[in-house]
Amino acid sequence: MIDDLAMVLASSVRLTVPLAFAACGEYIAERAGTINISVEAMMLGGAFNAVWGASLTGSASFGLVFGMLAGLVIGFVHAEFSHRLSVNTYVVGLALNALVLGLTSFLLDSVDLTGHQVDALNIPVLSDLPLLGPVLFAHRWPAYLLVGLIPLVWWLVQRSRFGLELRAAGENPQSADVTGIDVRRRRRQSVLLCGVLAGLGGAYLAVGEVGAFNQNMTAGRGFVVIAAVIFGGWTLRGTMAGCLVFGAADAMRLALPALGVHLNSQLLIAAPYLLALLAMMFLAKTHRQPAALGAPFVRGIV
Amino acid sequence: MTPTLISEPAPALAVPPADPRRRPRVADLGTPLLYAASLSTALVLAGLLIALVGLSPWDAARAMYDGSLADGAAIGQSIDQAAPLLLVAIGSVIAARAGIFNIGQEGQLLVGASVGAAIALFTPGPGALVLILALLGAAVGGALWAAIAAVLFYWRGVAVVISTLLLIFVANQAVSYAVNSPSLLREKAVAGQVTTSQTDMLAESVWLPRIGEYPDFNIGAGIFIALALAAGTSVVLVRSRLGFRIRMLGLNPKAAHRAGVGAVLIGGGALLASGAFAGLAGGVMLTGSGHRMQDGFADNVGFDGLLVALVARDKPMLAVPVALFFGALRAGGGFLSATGVPRYIVAVVTALLVLATVFPAAYAEVRRRRTAGA
Repeated sequence: MIDDLAMVLASSVRLTVPLAFAACGEYIAERAGTINISVEAMMLGGAFNAVWGASLTGSASFGLVFGMLAGLVIGFVHAEFSHRLSVNTYVVGLALNALVLGLTSFLLDSVDLTGHQVDALNIPVLSDLPLLGPVLFAHRWPAYLLVGLIPLVWWLVQRSRFGLELRAAGENPQSADVTGIDVRRRRRQSVLLCGVLAGLGGAYLAVGEVGAFNQNMTAGRGFVVIAAVIFGGWTLRGTMAGCLVFGAADAMRLALPALGVHLNSQLLIAAPYLLALLAMMFLAKTHRQPAALGAPFVRGIV
Repeated sequence: MTPTLISEPAPALAVPPADPRRRPRVADLGTPLLYAASLSTALVLAGLLIALVGLSPWDAARAMYDGSLADGAAIGQSIDQAAPLLLVAIGSVIAARAGIFNIGQEGQLLVGASVGAAIALFTPGPGALVLILALLGAAVGGALWAAIAAVLFYWRGVAVVISTLLLIFVANQAVSYAVNSPSLLREKAVAGQVTTSQTDMLAESVWLPRIGEYPDFNIGAGIFIALALAAGTSVVLVRSRLGFRIRMLGLNPKAAHRAGVGAVLIGGGALLASGAFAGLAGGVMLTGSGHRMQDGFADNVGFDGLLVALVARDKPMLAVPVALFFGALRAGGGFLSATGVPRYIVAVVTALLVLATVFPAAYAEVRRRRTAGA
């Protein structure tokens, strides 16, 4: 029983980690006022590039860097189009999602990829703890980056000058603009950061957990990440809780049949999305979103 | 409260909310040269991509041409592919004009097609009547799926973009469940045959009629439905009171509210209409080409149709040539396998073209703003 529990919990954490990386990025982007739906493209591109990079260099850890670069490039395109050229952010996001899905599928059929996986890091002593050990202290090494990343992101957004300007850009861009904050630059930077982190999330999924790339590997996880930010009411800890809930739902889908519980498989696959919809339904009214979320900024009279 | 109404600041009426997709006027579209440069950059990038993986872009272009334009059969294929794209695009245009961004057409299409399949399979009656019922049912199914997002938005304030997006994944699984359940849509067992997860083939009497001579040149009736609806939508949007209200709501919700345009009725209605069009597209795909539901039925038509609307800048009549072009790309993509170029290049080209078409107007707008010294 305790083994089963540990297995399900450990798998929940494993499935949460890629979401958590990307959600840190999406959280930054949304606080600056962008609903960044190309986070799906960033994760998928990161996943592919990580495996490609690992195949080229022979090192899964370099793959992670490649994954972050892919996210950065996609973030750059998104940022330039939507926060320099003022193209509707959903239009850019949709086009990028289609582009990256097509591009990764195309390249998957055209280049040789070999499987690579980063090393596991079992924290000595702690990983021997019953239950907690396998759940928290026996993961692939990049997972532990989250321990530093989450406080860093919180500090960056809530405590730094940069974060203050970022949030101002998301709450009231007009006022931010007249106080001398370059709203569009802050928004571009937030999307770039989102790209790096979402790329890392995708890369972790590919070279961290799976060790290979399959077509459309992220399969909508980016959208789950957006749902997690909404679920968390645009707070970082709420967002991380959302990731954990959706990660656990995903883990249940994989674990329940093995445990002999027979639930409808379609229902289980749809569960994260249903949960996200339900969460938004109950929380949308009580949670306040950044006031200028999704609104493009154009200087002048509005 | 009349005094406050009068003292309402005028700029809110004078300047529409900054929606960059609607901003550019014909005068500052920039030179056609910019468009040409932008589009050719997209095509060159796609060509380079093919060349980079060691294949021939010329062979690919040749195959695409053979599959889409070379002879009557190919042209018919392109037109058949364009019909559902156009239907989805018209729906997207209606919602976008009302200021609502529905991006869940893929799911609405799938649900619509399943409802259509249920009606076509289980309704007794003369073929033509069942066909019409199936198409209407498909539209209603798509509209109801969009209605979930509408209810979530107007009742609970859930963003339409996110809810329609997530509902795609729910629709995928719901339809997969229906197609896998013997009590619902899964094909009926014939003694000694293993059933797979697909529906029975529709009876031939409920297929959409095809016009023309096989195999030289023939097209399904779907494109005529789509063209008629595109023309109708264009007239309604531009000429009718309803269309005026829809556009008003999209351009300035506050002014629309003051003028007595019900956001729930008109906006929600537009969202439902866009779902209905997507559902109808599913119905046309079902009765026109697939004739049964199975895995991968939607085949990205919902997303591609949405991209058609984006490229057509939310103009229903402009969506017609764009849909035909995208249809030709899809039809041509089917011929790529012989050249060894993965057919996913079509998705790449499509997406690049979308970026290439939004770039020039946006660029011209930025330049205009810079020279205006704002």
